[in-house]
Amino acid sequence: MTEKLLISLTVNGERHDDLVVESRHTLVDVLRHRLGLTGTHAGCEHGVCGACTVLLDGAPARACLIFAAQAEGQEIRTVESLAGGGEMNDLQRAFSAHHALQCGFCTPGFLMLAEGFLTERPDATRAEIRELVSASLCRCTGYQTIVDAIEDCARGRRREVGEVR
Amino acid sequence: MKPAPFTYHRARDVAGAVSLLTELGEDAKYIAGGQSLVAMMNFRLARPAHLVDLGGLRGELAYIRDDGGVLRLGALTTHHQVENAPLGPGFAVLRDAMGWIGHLPIRTRGTVGGSLAHGEATAEWCLLAVLLGAEVVVQGTAGVRRVPAEELFLSFFTTALEPEEMIVEVVFPRPAPHAALTEFAQRRGDYAIVAAAVDLEAERVVLGGVAPVPLRVPEAEAVLARGGTFAECAAAAAAAIDPPADGSGGADYRRALTRTLLVRACEAAMRR
Repeated sequence: MTEKLLISLTVNGERHDDLVVESRHTLVDVLRHRLGLTGTHAGCEHGVCGACTVLLDGAPARACLIFAAQAEGQEIRTVESLAGGGEMNDLQRAFSAHHALQCGFCTPGFLMLAEGFLTERPDATRAEIRELVSASLCRCTGYQTIVDAIEDCARGRRREVGEVR
Repeated sequence: MKPAPFTYHRARDVAGAVSLLTELGEDAKYIAGGQSLVAMMNFRLARPAHLVDLGGLRGELAYIRDDGGVLRLGALTTHHQVENAPLGPGFAVLRDAMGWIGHLPIRTRGTVGGSLAHGEATAEWCLLAVLLGAEVVVQGTAGVRRVPAEELFLSFFTTALEPEEMIVEVVFPRPAPHAALTEFAQRRGDYAIVAAAVDLEAERVVLGGVAPVPLRVPEAEAVLARGGTFAECAAAAAAAIDPPADGSGGADYRRALTRTLLVRACEAAMRR
């Protein structure tokens, strides 16, 4: 028998009450099919490719390895939260500037991976960024440009913080 | 790639979770971080009829406490919390081993207790628990018991836990300032083909990927005890094991990896 649950999720600062989901629905499926947030991509659906990476309470997590019901009460952020007022954020602009995407399927996952990581590690070295991106698969770029983009974005953010000081 | 239907339950406290699992019977499973279980459910390799979500117990069971040389980890502590913990030299081996566990988005969700209960033979926490002589604190219907890590792992994904028993804490009873873990996989973050861990002070050698469970190798430990070289220790380990052959590598390959990795682990442990 298929069990239905009533849950509420907070996604990109917006609370969605009275979501009727099946207990077996993963977070990525609910984001895409119930909330229409199709920026988060479902790739391998067993935690290997990283396309579904979102932020849970600020930390990168695989939305295919979390049942939606488990995410209740946590702050969820998807790729849709990055751009504001029709403008891409600095990380997205860096990906564009460095040609860090070709087909774009993996890109939302890489963006959320990097966004969560740089918040925790603003001073990350290139070696640490290389290690980080092993979390996601990209079959187009060969990763070098992704590492360049993340490094450039981190550098830009450090400069900005320095100027504020 | 969609899990089979199941009924979802939320645990409010440990005692309630244990009662519920007892009531639901063997088709029920706990879910902590779910980083192994959900993948297995997506493949339908696991089809539990009930899941009891322990996520609500994080407040109670996610902690890292150093009580004067005895380290206690709450079962719901994530790998990433340990990775970021200000552990002293006595337990830095744990922090440094975390980088081997999957990738960052896995480590932010996966838990110490979940990893031990899953009992994968190359899992870093399983090796570390055996290496450091940890005790696993378990709560069941009969109350609380303490299981030495060496007695926890019985076979492939099979532990000494009763179906309703839940790991609540892992106790590392002694510091290990000269210990290290290293491993090899074809791709960063994959399951290790072979993992090697050593504690030079305790003269303990533990291997993963060469047996159904994390394996202590007395022959290699004896070499350390008599002051032999690291190469001799590694050679003794490679000669003593009877590793499996599968798609990831043959027995000779695993023996060769053992020799290389154990020397690396010994050198890393000595450098600390």
